[in-house]
Amino acid sequence: MGTWTFGLTMLVVGMGGTLVVLSLMSLIMVLLKKAFPYKEEAESQKG
Amino acid sequence: MLEAIMSGFGGLAAGIVNLQWSNAVMIGIGLLLLYLGAKKGFEPLLLVPIGFGAILVNIPLAGLMEEHGFLRIIYDAGILTELFPLLIFVGIGAMTDFGPVLENPYTFLLGAAGQFGIFLTLLLALALGFKSMDAVTIGIIGACDGPTVIYVASQYAPHLLGPVSVAAYSYMSLVPVLQPPIIKMLTTEKERTIVMKTGKKSVSKTTKILFPIVITIIGGLIAPMGLPLLGTIMLGNFMKECGAVDRLVKASENEIANVVTLLLGISIGATMSGPVFVQTQTLVILLLGLLAICLDTVCGVFFGKLLKVLTGGKVNPIIGAAGISAFPMAARVAQKEGFKYNKKNYLLMHAMGANAGGQIGSVMAAAVMLSVLKGMGII
Repeated sequence: MGTWTFGLTMLVVGMGGTLVVLSLMSLIMVLLKKAFPYKEEAESQKG
Repeated sequence: MLEAIMSGFGGLAAGIVNLQWSNAVMIGIGLLLLYLGAKKGFEPLLLVPIGFGAILVNIPLAGLMEEHGFLRIIYDAGILTELFPLLIFVGIGAMTDFGPVLENPYTFLLGAAGQFGIFLTLLLALALGFKSMDAVTIGIIGACDGPTVIYVASQYAPHLLGPVSVAAYSYMSLVPVLQPPIIKMLTTEKERTIVMKTGKKSVSKTTKILFPIVITIIGGLIAPMGLPLLGTIMLGNFMKECGAVDRLVKASENEIANVVTLLLGISIGATMSGPVFVQTQTLVILLLGLLAICLDTVCGVFFGKLLKVLTGGKVNPIIGAAGISAFPMAARVAQKEGFKYNKKNYLLMHAMGANAGGQIGSVMAAAVMLSVLKGMGII
């Protein structure tokens, strides 16, 4: 594999992959928050 | 008799006679690192042992990095096996509160944007003629995350471990110096004064406990090569959030982290032997590392500007600069810069979200990179 093919593949797949994975994780966080919403009284009891 | 006495004196002078100019230069650099760490307070926990290690390894004939030398034993046990950076990650996970990023999940994306510097620097290193894995290792300085840099370098370019580690830790400590001019250059005064509201607390304890488990499983399935990094940081965080193992949490963030930091630092210093370190290549690596961290900030701020447009002006682009792994330093810089231009502006919580996102972002960038390399059959 040529140097530039390698470099551009890493840029596109590597950075693209990082963005996709972190977007997915961001979505998971939103879903987690929806599934387990914050309830003030219950949380204060949990400490 | 006289001959024996002369031989004896000769033995005492052997160290001085065998001192090469490159050793002397590295002893000077070791002293500089000690000064920066001990006197100026730049990452002292790392720079002090690194500086002392650099002095030790450059004293001729001591053989500290030869077989059975005590630095070699520590290096082989903790760096070659990747154990030290992973143990440090357990401590980092135990010390990190991912609450701010969970409060504002979009800030996670700023942590992704803050990793652009890795890949752009990789391209630059290739253009300058570095081999593939050397370029990957140099690019990873842009993760702005010492343990990640050491983990990747120790596996794929151990000969570059010294310069890339020193670059990563030195530039991390220089974030408060490097970022403000870049922020000022890339944002308008109007953008810098945007006030970001702090919402009500909205993250439940259950969410905080489940977060490290879910992220480990999803992240591990997508990028298994980086699971040691992601898994250890999330193990530390799970121990902290579950509240059932306080003793382990305290040990991870204190005793274990302290001992490993000392051993890690002295091992990195031990790689800085004069004849190996004093080369033009080292200077190029240090410059590329500096560029990587500056590019991270540039891309983070631009992504912040994009979010500002997408949210109708609700996001202050300054928080984009916090999307790197230097935690919590980058968040403090964002808060300070925002406050400087608008005394009613408190960006800290938003910037902490971006900064925590940057911590996971840097680990994920390394994990994705390693998995892509594996997929391409390069490693």
